[in-house]
Formats: sequence, structure tokens, C-alpha cells
Amino acid sequence: MKLFMARNPNTPMVNSLRKDNDKGRPWTLMEKIFLGLTPQQYLSQAVSNPLNWVFAVIFAVGIPVIIGRFIFGLSWAVGDPYDNAWGLFLGFGLFGMVPLSSSGFQLGTAVEVFGRHDLEPIERLGLLNGLLGYLFAVIFLLHDLGQPWRLIYPMFVSWGPEAVLFLVAWHVATYLSVQVAEVSTSFFEWMGWPAGRTMIKKMALGLTVAGIILSTLHQGALGALSTYAPGKVHPLWYSSAFQWLYFFVSSLPGGLCMVIVVSTIAVKTMGWRCDDTFKNSLPKLQIALAKGASMGLITYLTIRLIGIAHDNKWAYLATGWGAWWLFEIGFGVLLSLVLLTAGIRRNNITLVRMGAWTTILGVILHRLNVYMITFNWQQGHIHVPPLKEIIIAVTIYSIYIVTYRAILYRWPILFKWKTRYSEYAVLEPKPAAATTAPAVLPEPEACPSAK
Amino acid sequence: MIERRDFLKGCLACGVTAATVGVAGTNALAAGSFEGYPDSMGVLVDLTRCVGCRSCEAACNAEQKLPEPDLPFDDMSVFKEKRRTTEKAYTVVNQYKVADKETLFRKIQCNHCTEPACLSSCFVNAYTKTKEGAVIYNAKVCVGCRNCMIACPFNIPAYSYSSALNPLVKKCIFCYDTRVKDGKPPACVEICPQQVMTFGRRADLIKLGHDRIQANPGKYVDKLFGEKAVGGTSWMYLSSVDFDKVGFDKNMQNEPIISNVKDFLGFVPMVLAIWPALFSGVHLLATKNKDGHHDHEEGDHQ
Repeated sequence: MKLFMARNPNTPMVNSLRKDNDKGRPWTLMEKIFLGLTPQQYLSQAVSNPLNWVFAVIFAVGIPVIIGRFIFGLSWAVGDPYDNAWGLFLGFGLFGMVPLSSSGFQLGTAVEVFGRHDLEPIERLGLLNGLLGYLFAVIFLLHDLGQPWRLIYPMFVSWGPEAVLFLVAWHVATYLSVQVAEVSTSFFEWMGWPAGRTMIKKMALGLTVAGIILSTLHQGALGALSTYAPGKVHPLWYSSAFQWLYFFVSSLPGGLCMVIVVSTIAVKTMGWRCDDTFKNSLPKLQIALAKGASMGLITYLTIRLIGIAHDNKWAYLATGWGAWWLFEIGFGVLLSLVLLTAGIRRNNITLVRMGAWTTILGVILHRLNVYMITFNWQQGHIHVPPLKEIIIAVTIYSIYIVTYRAILYRWPILFKWKTRYSEYAVLEPKPAAATTAPAVLPEPEACPSAK
Repeated sequence: MIERRDFLKGCLACGVTAATVGVAGTNALAAGSFEGYPDSMGVLVDLTRCVGCRSCEAACNAEQKLPEPDLPFDDMSVFKEKRRTTEKAYTVVNQYKVADKETLFRKIQCNHCTEPACLSSCFVNAYTKTKEGAVIYNAKVCVGCRNCMIACPFNIPAYSYSSALNPLVKKCIFCYDTRVKDGKPPACVEICPQQVMTFGRRADLIKLGHDRIQANPGKYVDKLFGEKAVGGTSWMYLSSVDFDKVGFDKNMQNEPIISNVKDFLGFVPMVLAIWPALFSGVHLLATKNKDGHHDHEEGDHQ
């Protein structure tokens, strides 16, 4: 798409009400879906993107494996892991993706509750990142459950309310609907249903506070799930008093840094889709997010150390597992802190972005350590997931990326949806299907990234 | 400026959410300590008597109508490695070389905890601790999250991963349906030629175990494994060597597994009660006198 935009800078992107001579007629849904291109044009830009070919290969291999998992059963894909019952689908897909999706409630809180309206240009990205992360965590879960069609049982058929997982199930389900509501404003604008948008806007504060409650509890609950296995998780990663805090607190920098990473990828690969407000304010916003993330990280580092001190587990640091623990803390927390704070002090956005990467990798590594790598450490071997399990995990994650990209291309997440004709008063009307005409003056609104 | 009406609406929305999720909080607190049913049955296993004949494995296989094993039950080559329970075997016997020439055998199966971790971790309540002491499983509601397998401190529940349409947790149910419900001992206990296992009221077995330790000075380690471990189990063990030499976890806690989770569960009602007021209040403070800038009107994203 980036290439296509460079070659055809005059293409009228769908980013608003239609702005050609045919005033008043809105874009049709098909035009919106194809971004105002003809299907042929759309196809040609899609095949010219090498990333799409990578995805094509992944899907060609991965989709049949996913189908196989449902036809031949779980053991066909994941083997018979009796002792390590939770593998990549949960260890990475659920426990790894949910903390990186805490951005929704954090940006929602900052803007709607604390009144930080300067963060508004990136709020929607934060909300969308939250929604998609949760949605795909649930999709990962559906691949892991023995009988996924019974997912609604804890809601309607049989209650086990003393279980932590019962809380997680209810909270994730409720929070997913809260997030759908929060993100739906963009969808309503795109579809041209202002009434829906107005309604959601009125509920914004209630939805946001509900989001805080639900997030605090289930981010923590995902950690509390491992307190059922005190002898199995390595003591350095286990603390009955602090476990839920480790998970909750680390989700805060995790979610913020995920937004830094995603917004960086977005501005670099789909600059044509970002409006000037977004692009110009992005470095400032990323620094603001990095400030929040480094506060979260220092808190996280402190409680990780207090947790070790609380149970007096220092002696374990001298073991091989201790070295691995030091690596996780050193890479995921200390290095991230250094990069983020140095970036903030020097106003160096590259350092901030690197720090954001190490932070999210550190959070994922922590989750993998608790639920997969150190799990059953006393048995003396590490459970390595079989190839098909890895293929399925990569495939689902690729579907996540493709979905994410498709939405960013279309809904007003990175740009504002124009609803007033007056905003085009300065612009010359252009023919809707101008494709071959060479650019005389690149039109600033439609293709700001043609350079 | 935020409209009073909108604020109240916001509070209402939070309240509804709190009410929806409140179920988890209130019930979590109700989980108190549980001493066990008074007439709960149990089994006392005397490891010094077991000769590793594997007839209990065969009896279990027949009683529970399990599939043919890969190796026949009289094949002793299985002792070369440590086995665990699987979807095809609810009980297995392992061999432990202790001291110079001494060998002990230990039968593994569900220990039927007084406060089972599988039960307390199950979000659809698929497990039941019956008054007879058995921990049984309801296959009709199981979703297959396998949290019970994560939670079980003895690594007992297995899962029929190979079934595409109806995979289920597979574990010893104390022969509840066919025997224990009617007061009869489970199949493995009945078949044992060495009287390794004694079936009876758990309270009586605890006394019997300690009596046996006292009556045979030097023969047993002075401990009845299962009397206290993870809140007590219906199956208890006597051993002539330290329990960690025969595969028990010597660091196993005496409190039920659920006690580790209560730190988190106790925090749940606090969040539900305080967060809505706290954050709505912060919102009022943070946005007051800021040019009335809380624009819910159409066009704030323009």
C-alpha cells in the first residue's frame, strides 16, 4: 500500500465523506472496503507487498494445521502434555497477549478519567490495541480448550465461583464487550452512523471506569492462576502474596510499550493513513507513554525484588535458574528502564522505541517463564512444544496482525474522520477514479505520506 | 463540563458491572477451612508391604473399563522408568531403589484430597468431594481448560487429548459409582495379595497408621503422609524411608492449595467496592475548572 501510494499519489483515500463533484453521496460500503480503489487496483497493491507473501506462506501451511487440530484432536497438534497442560496457546497467546493489551484501559483512563486530552490522538490506537489483543487471546484460548464449544458453560451452565478462572472468564467476557463499545465509535464513524457514536460517547466515563475495575482484577487473576501450583512454578517466579501484583503491574508498562511499538510500525509502514495531527504529535506522545511505562517498570522491579526478599529466596539466585531470572530482569526490566529513561531525558525517540521493544519482550518472557519454562522445574527438563503447536501459534498471531492492519487501513484510528464539507473548502474537487494522472500537486489531506 | 446526569449514568454503568462480576468476589470469600466429612473413607497404604506385582493396575483397568495397556500387566520392564497416570491408566506402580539393595514400590493414583485443588480451581464446578471421600468428576460440564492438571499437587489428572469431539479429564474416582458409594472397597484394594492397602474411615486409618508406627519401632518413618499434606488426603502412606526417596515432594505444604490463592481472592471485593468511587472522584477532581473541557458533544475528535 505504501508503494502504491508513492506511485499513485492522487488516489482519493476514503477518509471522510466523499469529496468529489458528487457532493452528498456518501461512499458505498464497497468503496470503503477497497479504500476507494477499484478491486483491480486493490489487488495489485496487495500482491506488490512482500509482507503479504510471507503471510500467504504462513497461512498456506498454518490454516490446514489449524483445521487438523479440530478434526484429529488436540493430541495431533500438541501431543499429550499431562504435566505441562498449558502450552504456547495459553502461555504465549493468553498470558502473553493480555498484558500487552492493557493499553485500552490505561489510555481510556488517562483521557476520560484524568482529563489528559493531549493523549487523544493515540487514545483510539490504545483502545483498538486492547480490543484486538483480548479478542485474539480468546481465539488462542478456543484453540487450546478441549471442548471450545463449551466456552459459555461458566456463564450459563455450571458455576464454579470460587475458582480464579471463573473470575477471569467473566471479566474477560465483560471487558471484551466494554472494549467493543469503546472501539465502536470508530466503526460508527466509518459506517456513517453518528447516533451510535453519540450514544457511546455519553457512556464513555462509565465504560472507562468499568474497564479499570475489570482490568485490575483479571490482569492480576492471570497471575493468581499460577498460585494454584506452588510446587511447580520455580520459587523465583512464585510468590503467593505478590504473584497477582507481578502480573498486574507488569501489564501496565507492557500495554503502554505495545502502543509505542504499534504506533511506530504504523507510522513507518502506513504513513499514508496517519493524519498530520497523529504524525506530528507522535514523538511527544510516545515520550509521554514512555514516562508512564518507566514508572510502571520501576514499580515492577521493586516488587519483584521485594517478593524475593519477602520469602527470603536470595539463595536461588546462585543457581542456573537464578542466572535465567537475572537475565529476565536484566534484559526485560533494567535494560528497558535504561533505554526508556535515557530516551526520555535526551528526547531520543529511537531509544524510547528500543526500550518499548525490550519491555514487551520482557513481559512475554516473564509469562513464558511462569507457565512454561520453569513450570515443573523439579522434573529437571523443559517441555518443548511440538512443531504443529508452534505453527498454529504463529498462524493465529499472523491472523492477528492482518486483522490489525486491515482495521488501521480503514477505520478512523490513526486519522480523524471528516464530517464537514467546510473542511474541504480549500481543496480542489478531484475525480474519484483518477489513477493514471500524474501528480501535479500532491494533495495534503489524502496522501500525506507520498514522500 | 460533565453533566451531572452523565456522571450518574456513568456510576450506574459501573455499578452494573460491579454487580455482574461481584459473584466471583463474594463467593471467593466464603471459601473457609474445611476439616473434611466426618465419615469420609480413605485408604492406608503401607509401602513396606508392596512387592510390585501390578495386580492393582490390572484390577483398576478392568473395573474402570479402560483400554488395553501397551504392555501386559505382568511385564515388569515398565519399572525401568518412572511412570505417571495417563488417560489409559488411573493407577501405576513405580519402583524406587532406596539404600543398597532395598527396593520399594509405590502405587500412584488420585489421593482424594480433603480440599482438592482440582475442585477449587475448576471454573465450572466439574469436581465434587463426596461425603464418602471420593473426588468425582462431571464429564458433562468440563470445558477442557485443564486448570485442574495445573493445580493438582500430585500431577494426577490426565486428559484424553486424542479425542477430537469429547476429550475429558481421566483420573481415579475411588471406584465411587461401582463400589465406594455402597461401602465396598475400591477394586485395587480388594485385589491386592499383600494387603498393602487398608480401606476404612479416614479418622480410623489415621489412628491405625500411628498405632502401626508405634507397634513396630524402627520399621517406619514417624510420619503418616497424607494426614496433613495439602490439607489432608483420603489416601495416606506409611514408609520405611524418607518420603522424598519414594517420589513424594518433601516440601509439600500442609495448607490446602486454595490457601495460596486467597491473597488474591481477598483483594477482589476491595477493588469492586472502592475503584468506581475512587476513579469517578479522581475524574471530577482532574477535570474540574479545565475550561469545561470534557466534550462529549459531537465533534470532539475533529
